[in-house]
Amino acid sequence: MSGLKNINRRTLLKSTAAVGAGLAMPTIFTSSASASYLNEPTGSTVTLGFNVPQTGPYADEGADELRAYELAVEHLNGGGDGGMMNTFSSKALKGNGILGKKIEYVTGDTQTKSDAARASAKSMIEKDGAIMITGGSSSGVAVAVQALCQEAGIIFMAGLTHSNDTTGKDKKANGFRHFFNSYMSGAALAPVLAANYGKDRKAYHLTADYNWGYTTEQAVRESTEGLGWETVETVKTPLASTDFSAYITPVLQSDADVLVLNHYGGNMVNSLTNAVQFGLRDKQVNGKNFEIIVPLYSRLMAKGAGENVKGIYGSTNWHWTLQDDGSKAFVKSFGEKYGFPPSQAAQTTYVQTLLYADACERAGSFNPCAVVEALEGDSSLPGVSSPSNKGYLFDGLGNGPTLYRAADHQCFKDVLVVKGKENPSSEFDLLEIVEITPVAQVWYEPDNPQFAGGALGTCNPGA
Amino acid sequence: MLALDKKDTTLFLIVLAAVIFAPFLLNPFPEGSELAQFNAGYPDLLQRFLIFGIFAIGFNILFGLTGYLSFGHAAFLGVGSYAGVWMMKLLTMNVVPAILMSIVFAGLFSLLVGYISLRRSGIYFSILTLAFAQMSFALAYSVLTPITNGETGLQLALDDPRVLGVSQVNGSIPPTNLFGLPMRESFELTMGGWVFTFNAGYYLCAVFMMVAFYLAIRIFRSPFGMMLRAVKSNQQRMNYTGLNSRPYTLAAFVISGMYAGLAGGLMVAMDPLAGAERMQWTASGEVVLMTILGGAGTLIGPVLGAGFIKYFENIFSKINDNILHQWFAFLPDGLEDALVFVIHPFIGKGWHLTLGIMFMLIVIFLPGGIVEGFRRLAQIGRRGTGGGKKSADAVPAPAE
Amino acid sequence: MDAILLQILNGLDKGSAYALIALGLTLIFGTLGVVNFAHGALFMIGAFCAVVLSRLLTLSSVSIDPEKVDFLGKPLKVETPYVELWFGPEVGAAIINWSVPLAILFAIPIMALVGLAMERGLIKYFYKRPHADQILVTFGLAIVLQEVIKYFFGANPIPTPAPDAFSGSFDFGAMIGMDPNVIIYPYWRIVYFLFAIGIIGAVFSFLQFTTFGMVVRAGMADRETVGLLGINIDRRFTVMFALAAIVAGLAGVMYAPINSPNYHMGMDFLVLSFVVVVVGGMGSLPGAVVAGFLLGILESFASMAQVVAFLPGINQIIIYLVAIVILLTRPRGLMGRKGVMES
Repeated sequence: MSGLKNINRRTLLKSTAAVGAGLAMPTIFTSSASASYLNEPTGSTVTLGFNVPQTGPYADEGADELRAYELAVEHLNGGGDGGMMNTFSSKALKGNGILGKKIEYVTGDTQTKSDAARASAKSMIEKDGAIMITGGSSSGVAVAVQALCQEAGIIFMAGLTHSNDTTGKDKKANGFRHFFNSYMSGAALAPVLAANYGKDRKAYHLTADYNWGYTTEQAVRESTEGLGWETVETVKTPLASTDFSAYITPVLQSDADVLVLNHYGGNMVNSLTNAVQFGLRDKQVNGKNFEIIVPLYSRLMAKGAGENVKGIYGSTNWHWTLQDDGSKAFVKSFGEKYGFPPSQAAQTTYVQTLLYADACERAGSFNPCAVVEALEGDSSLPGVSSPSNKGYLFDGLGNGPTLYRAADHQCFKDVLVVKGKENPSSEFDLLEIVEITPVAQVWYEPDNPQFAGGALGTCNPGA
Repeated sequence: MLALDKKDTTLFLIVLAAVIFAPFLLNPFPEGSELAQFNAGYPDLLQRFLIFGIFAIGFNILFGLTGYLSFGHAAFLGVGSYAGVWMMKLLTMNVVPAILMSIVFAGLFSLLVGYISLRRSGIYFSILTLAFAQMSFALAYSVLTPITNGETGLQLALDDPRVLGVSQVNGSIPPTNLFGLPMRESFELTMGGWVFTFNAGYYLCAVFMMVAFYLAIRIFRSPFGMMLRAVKSNQQRMNYTGLNSRPYTLAAFVISGMYAGLAGGLMVAMDPLAGAERMQWTASGEVVLMTILGGAGTLIGPVLGAGFIKYFENIFSKINDNILHQWFAFLPDGLEDALVFVIHPFIGKGWHLTLGIMFMLIVIFLPGGIVEGFRRLAQIGRRGTGGGKKSADAVPAPAE
Repeated sequence: MDAILLQILNGLDKGSAYALIALGLTLIFGTLGVVNFAHGALFMIGAFCAVVLSRLLTLSSVSIDPEKVDFLGKPLKVETPYVELWFGPEVGAAIINWSVPLAILFAIPIMALVGLAMERGLIKYFYKRPHADQILVTFGLAIVLQEVIKYFFGANPIPTPAPDAFSGSFDFGAMIGMDPNVIIYPYWRIVYFLFAIGIIGAVFSFLQFTTFGMVVRAGMADRETVGLLGINIDRRFTVMFALAAIVAGLAGVMYAPINSPNYHMGMDFLVLSFVVVVVGGMGSLPGAVVAGFLLGILESFASMAQVVAFLPGINQIIIYLVAIVILLTRPRGLMGRKGVMES
């Protein structure tokens, strides 16, 4: 396979510039060139690419991701208080960059569009010589950039992406996801819902009409139906919808007593606000209180929905009120630098950066194939008996013992079931943790039908 | 030469030279320097300049000549992209069938849309094309997911049939290629402080771009082109003379749709993924902006406009505070911070703002677009080259 | 039956927003002949007037509560809005609670200023320019305006609730003698609909029954002749631009509780409202209003599960489909005049 470019330009130049300006030195690199992998850092620095939405509806989430990346780089380069590096179970990181090379970074705007995200990632690879790309705040973008990195021969550490497909049918050997997914949300939520709302419930789903919506609807439906719920109706709503009244009012007419909003971002804010305006929560159906559920919560979006989130159940990857050492350390260093607590998007991107750096240190190389091998590990999660329970086990990064599973490059860890807080003490204190669902309960086998199809393929070092 | 008159030949040769040497021209700053940030000479962006150039040239054949303002041209680019990716999934990773099918499918779709939309003129025509494009986008994003893979975008997989090729090579999807030459194959030339990258895909785009540009010149200068201009200046009078203008406008519409399809095919040939957002109204609006910004009705204007917008999107969005601090590091701390604070809203996540301001400035002060700017410069300097070989790197500094 | 009634109600509501924006667009187009792509941005600025006012009203004095701590373990800052300090907690809280309706008063002068500034500062130089240039410059302006808002308010939606008095929903079905609990409708949406009707009525009576309106209508029909009569039509058109900006802004203010405002809400509405204007017929004010309500109601019907089950995806494309059908059967939209914007 030929590389896009076989060397990091900046560093090459620093070494060749000395030869003298007037002298033209044609150097030709083709597929037969000697570099062992794409963008191999040869100088004293290594470049990472942070590709996040800076314009469009997820710009605020992207901004929070960027803050976390900057914090991670600071910590990895030995600055600040070290954050989660101090609590991380692996002690390979020394605070001197990665493998002794100082970390530099470039940023780009995904615009939450596959095309723009790929263009931005390509410029990081071709122009800036980035060795790893990370970021994203939607599954479509994550899948698209992951595929690009696979083709180019770069490691991709996914940011906020929740669709099953990222590590399901669209999984790639060069791509890794720390964030949880639709299946885990469903598996974690269902028992809590059954315990609080009973097993005899009729659910009505409103689902955003795109891939993430489909996988989330399927996951929540199958999990709740497994516990005795009935699904009355599932309706797809156009992504461009801003007013959901036309979809909410038929809910009133059905005999459903639970509404599941498989929406995220602005869709979630609007559909939830509309549902509350239409008095769904004051309603009694079949002698029970009508309830609303939002499978994927984000604190930033909960803020947009204001009062309406109070008492509404959902799941989340991480929340800043967690009291383990890793979370406390992260909230402290993030809070002191920026003045407010980090979002779940910030946590997952910070952790992904640390995990990548750690994998390079343990592998002793930036070679994507070596990094993949290091992240695939050979340890397993305690308490789960399964042949696929094999991967890289770590702890101290805020989610308890976590396994990067070798079979699909998905992290397995505890999942938080949360509820909108009734009496928030500050503008950040919007969600309360109802239950920390143990990882064994959200475990699935790689051949689970919700993840069927697709293959990791083999790692691609790009040269 | 090539049956062009002297002026057109000169323009053609200038563009040809600019395209061939773009990897040099657009990398004016040495690698290590702080200004290297403004270099645009890397394969992906160079390819985009040409692909969107082709798209805009085609759009200009319709809009610049007939005055019909289509607000749905991105749909043809999208249809072309999907057709191209499907060819790669089913047939072979060779880009030739993909590009051909892109053109064919976009042509057929534009025939359908054009046949219906051209029953109306003016803004009614614009809204009809907009409606078709928005419907295509909405359906591709949702119910057509089996064909388009929805939000994620249609992409290649390891288990695609590829009956004339191979499904996978050692666990990887084979790269797009032209009879065995991978499109991402690059060759690097290091000269002193500069590194120039010559990419196979770029030069394939360049060939198509020059063919497309040549055809556009021929169309502009042909009797057919005259007919289209007549439609623009007074369609009614034309109809009174007994001429039915519809076949001409429909032909122009389909030709420009095929140009869009070619652009879509080249896009997936360079990067095999087709996303639904390519068909959204903002994408259609973008090509309108490119054409008007560059200079509607001129030959070279649309290409310049395309370069201008893509340059902003790809270069300005990547400048962050960190880079600003590096630039101004030589200044005293207070001044450095102040400068960064002032410039900050216009770069990185603020690149839209800068783009909006630039739109307004150009429309207000240069009614004929960038081409008019060059013309005025030429007048002032009496150099009179009238060209546009320096494309997007002539963008002013970020701050206002 | 009740399902249909409900969807009509929904449609009236959505239609109100479309109609108000389309009305403003048509006012500008009909009087000034300018295609204003920044009109969606005016709607968005209106919504942010509501946000700004509620921020102003909740400007707080900060005191430190030594007993509680924030998330970093530092003493918690307690914020008390000045209005609550000045007027007492109850009156203060009530004022804050009513910030959206109060924002109407706040938005009128602001929108008028924005409109005047836009017309005098930019649009007036574009009267004689091609429509394509007008589109480009107003589109550029729209981007600039929304980016400025994003810079100050972020990209996330900002919750802007209606006053508590209107926050609930009422049983519309029981009111008209149907089974209770079937047709429930939020108070605020009824308010929005009535408000829109009021604004539309006011604009029409202003044009119909005042001398000023008469001159404007005459100017819309034949600008040159009116000018020859010695009437300064330009100044009146400037006023009309400000009026259109106010209409768009008020539509935005009142819409804020329905959907939390965000910086790109204008763009979301822009394309749809252009479709509405064209379907109604360029330059026709009644056409814009009728088409707004019509498309709103059709959109609601198309999103019913029964309809979608029958025609998958119809809810995504209904507006465009209807636009195509209408434009093919009625060449100038529902009520368009011949010769407007056809070349």
